[in-house]
Amino acid sequence: MTDLLTMKGINKSFSGVKVLEDVQFSLRQGEVHALMGENGAGKSTLMKILSGIYSKDAGSIQIHGKESVASSPKTAQALGVAIIHQELNMIPDLSIIENMFLGREFKWGRTGFVNWPRMRSEAKNYLQQLGMELNPDIRAGELSVGQQQMVEIAKALSMQAKILVLDEPTAALTKREIEKLFQLIANLKTQGVGMIYISHRMEEIFQISDRITVLRDGRYIGTRDTDVTTMDELVQMMVGREIKERFPKVEKEIGAECLRVEGLEQEGKLYDINLSVRAGEILGIAGLMGAGRSELAKALFGVGKYQGKIFVNGRAVSIKNPQEAIKAGLALITEDRKGEGLVSDLSVRENLALPNLRSLSRFGFISHRMEQKFVEDSIKKLNVKVHHPGQWVSSLSGGNQQKVVIGKWLATQPNVLILDEPTRGVDIGAKREIYDLMNQLVQKGVAIVMISSELPEVLGMSDRVLVMHEGRITGEFLRENATQETIMIAATGGKNHG
Amino acid sequence: MAKVQGKSGILQRMGPLVGLILIVIILTIFNSDFLTVGNIFNVFRQVSINALIAFGMTFVILTGGIDLSVGSIIALSSAFVAGMMAAGSGSMLAIGVGVLSGTLMGTINGVVIARGKVAPFIATLATMTIFRGLTLVYTEGKPITGFPDTFGQIGRGYLFDIPMPVIWMLVAFGVLYVILKFTSFGRHVFALGGNEEATRLSGVNTNRVKVLVYSISGLLASLSGIILTSRLNSAQPTAGTSYELDAIAAVVLGGTSLSGGKGWIAGTLVGAMIIGILDNGLNLLNVSSFYQQVVKGGVILLAVLLDRSKGKQ
Ligand SMILES: Nc1ncnc2c1ncn2[C@@H]1O[C@H](COP(=O)(O)OP(=O)(O)OP(=O)(O)O)[C@@H](O)[C@H]1O
Ligand SMILES: [Mg+2]
Repeated sequence: MTDLLTMKGINKSFSGVKVLEDVQFSLRQGEVHALMGENGAGKSTLMKILSGIYSKDAGSIQIHGKESVASSPKTAQALGVAIIHQELNMIPDLSIIENMFLGREFKWGRTGFVNWPRMRSEAKNYLQQLGMELNPDIRAGELSVGQQQMVEIAKALSMQAKILVLDEPTAALTKREIEKLFQLIANLKTQGVGMIYISHRMEEIFQISDRITVLRDGRYIGTRDTDVTTMDELVQMMVGREIKERFPKVEKEIGAECLRVEGLEQEGKLYDINLSVRAGEILGIAGLMGAGRSELAKALFGVGKYQGKIFVNGRAVSIKNPQEAIKAGLALITEDRKGEGLVSDLSVRENLALPNLRSLSRFGFISHRMEQKFVEDSIKKLNVKVHHPGQWVSSLSGGNQQKVVIGKWLATQPNVLILDEPTRGVDIGAKREIYDLMNQLVQKGVAIVMISSELPEVLGMSDRVLVMHEGRITGEFLRENATQETIMIAATGGKNHG
Repeated sequence: MAKVQGKSGILQRMGPLVGLILIVIILTIFNSDFLTVGNIFNVFRQVSINALIAFGMTFVILTGGIDLSVGSIIALSSAFVAGMMAAGSGSMLAIGVGVLSGTLMGTINGVVIARGKVAPFIATLATMTIFRGLTLVYTEGKPITGFPDTFGQIGRGYLFDIPMPVIWMLVAFGVLYVILKFTSFGRHVFALGGNEEATRLSGVNTNRVKVLVYSISGLLASLSGIILTSRLNSAQPTAGTSYELDAIAAVVLGGTSLSGGKGWIAGTLVGAMIIGILDNGLNLLNVSSFYQQVVKGGVILLAVLLDRSKGKQ
C-alpha cells in the first residue's frame, strides 16, 4: 500500500535564511504521526508548505502517490488537506457559523443565496461532536481563546479532509476538551483519516500517536514508532542533549506580602475573589476553561471596572488602566499572544521595547544605543531564536514569539508578575528556561501569579495553588497537599480545602 | 546573518519613488518646459498645501483612522485668521489664533473618537459638515479680504529664491519625520495602528495617542489653510473643499497602509509629489481637465495594485 502522503527533500528559505533543509515526512491512512522539535525547528513551516500557504523551494510532495502541489489553501482543501493553525485565525466580528464556512458557504442550489439553516445545523453538529454546547450565532470575538480553538477544530472537521494537520491544537484547551478531542481523533482514525499532530506535550504524544518524527534546526533527525521509543530518546533527538528535572527547584525565601486582593468582583465574571501573594512566592491558579482566571488577571491589570480592594506592598491602590497597573509594579503576560501580546506589524526590537520606551528615551526621544543594547540583552537572556532584531515578530516561530512577550515585561522590573499560560506552545528546552527564569525572579523577591491549564506545571512550579470555578475561588492548597484529583474536584465546583 | 525584513522592506519603500522618477522622465520627454527650475519650484509650491495636510493625515492613517474633516478645518481656521486681520488685529496674533483653533478642532475629533468610541470615518464626516457649516455662519457665506502686506509673504514670499510654502513644507516634514521615527510617541503611533489591544496592555495611553494624532492633523490643516489664504489674499468659505481626498491619495500612494501600523512619512511626500506633478505635467501637455481626473484616478489605482502584488510571500 502506498502512503497517503510522502514529502521528500523539502527545502525552504526566507530571504536567504534556510529554515528547512532536505526534510522528509510520510503519513499513512488512519495514522496519527506526531511532529516534534524545538521552537523554530520548522514544524509549522513544513505544514504551511503542505497546506499551500508557503511554496517550497525544492522537494516533492505526493498524495496517494501522485505529485500534488497545493499553491493556495483553497487548492490544498481540494486535495483533501485541512490544517488547524497554531495561531488562531478567527474574524472577531463574524459569527461562529460565518467563520466556520468562510469562503465555502452553502448555497441554495446555484442561486448564490446563502443557505443559513443548513450551515447552522452543520455548525451545531460539528461543535457537538467536540462536546461544545455553543450558540453558533454568537460573534467569535466573544469566545475565549480555548473556545476559539475548538471552533477552529470544528471548522477543520467540517472540511472532511483526508489529511488533517493539527498544529498545537491543545495548547489552549483544558483537560476535558482535550479528552473530547482525543476521542474524536480516534474516531477519525477508524475512518482512515491521516493526522499530523504537532505538540510540545510529551504525555499527549505518547497517548495518541503511532509514529513520531523529530526535526531539529530545519533538518530531519529521525522517525520512531511510538511504542518502542522513550521520552529520553526523543528529548535527546530534539535538543541534542539531556534535560533533567522538568520542574527545577530552588532555595528561596518567602517574604512580605506583595499583593492582596479583597472582595474583588466584576459584573458577571468574578465574584468575591480574595487572594494574597508574598515576595518570592509562586501562586498557581488552576481551573477549567472559562473559569474566570484570565478575567481575574486582566481585572488586576486594569482592564474593565471592578469592585473590591487591591493592595500592593501593603498600600491600597486603585488600578483603572494598564498604565496604573504598571506603575503599581504589576506586569501581565497574557494568554493570547497574537491578539493581546504582540504587535505583529512591528519588529522584534519594537515589540520588546514597547512597554519600556519611557526608560529607553530621553525627553521623548528613543535612544537608539540604549534600545539596541536592551534588545540584544533581552534576546540573549531569553535565548530567542531570531535572525535579526529588525525581523517582523510575526515571522518568529510560536515559541519564540512567547519568549518575546515574556522579555518585554521582564525589563519593567515588576514586583508582581502575572503569567497567563506562560509556556503555551513552548518547547521542552524553552519551558525549562522559562521555569528557571521564574525561579530567578522569585529568588530576587518578585511575587508570581501563574495561571496554567497544565496541571503538571501548576503542581510542579507553585508554592500554593488556588482553584477557580465559574468566577469564584473554590479551593486553596499548599503544594504538598495538592494532587491532580483534588484540584479537578475543586475546578468542577466541589468545594474543599487542603 | 541576513536581515529578513530589511531587503524586501527597502524595495517596498522605494516603489513610490521609482514611480515618481518614471513620471518625471516621461513628462520631460514629452515637454521640454517641464524640467526647468522655475517649473519645479512651481510644482513644489502647488504640492506644499496638499503635502502639509497629507503629513497630518499620515499620522491619523498610521493609527488605523481617517480624517475627513481637514478641508473644513482649513476653511474655518482660515476664516478666523482672516476675520481677525480684517478687524484690524496683527497678523502674528491672527495666525496664532488660527493655528490654535485648527488644533482644537482636531482635538475635538480625537476626543470624540477616543473617548466617545465613534468610528473615525463617521466622527470626522460629522465634524466635516459641522466645521463647514460654522464657516458659512462665521463668514456669512462671503469671502473675507483686506490683510496686511506682511501676511502675504507667508504664501507668496521667497527665501533665497525658494517659495515660502516650500520652506514651510520642508520644515514641517523635517519635524514630523523626526517625531515619527525617533520619539516614543512615534513608536506608539505605529504600535496602536498595528494592534490596539496589545498596545494598551503594554501600558500605552492609547486614548492620548489618538487625541494627539487628530490634533496634529488639525494643526497641519490650519497651517496649510493660512498659506492658502495668504496666496489667494482672501479667505473663501468654500476653501479646502474635498482636499481630504488628495491628502488621503498622497498617503496611500506613499505606501502607508489604510489599515494602520505600516508606512512612513517620506512616502507621503513622494505621494504628494506624484499627484502634484501629474496635475502640473498634464496641464503643460494641454490635457483637458476632464481627462486629467481620469489619469489621476488611474495612477492611484495602479500604484495601489502594484503595492498589493508585492506584499505576497
Ligand atoms: N514568514 C517568515 N519569514 C521569515 N522567517 C520565518 C517565517 N516563518 C517562519 N520563519 C522562521 O522559520 C523558522 C521555523 O519556524 P516554524 O514556525 O516552522 O517553527 P516551529 O517548529 O513551528 O516552532 P514552534 O514550536 O515554536 O511553533 C524560525 O526560525 C522562524 O523564525
Ligand atoms: Mg509552530
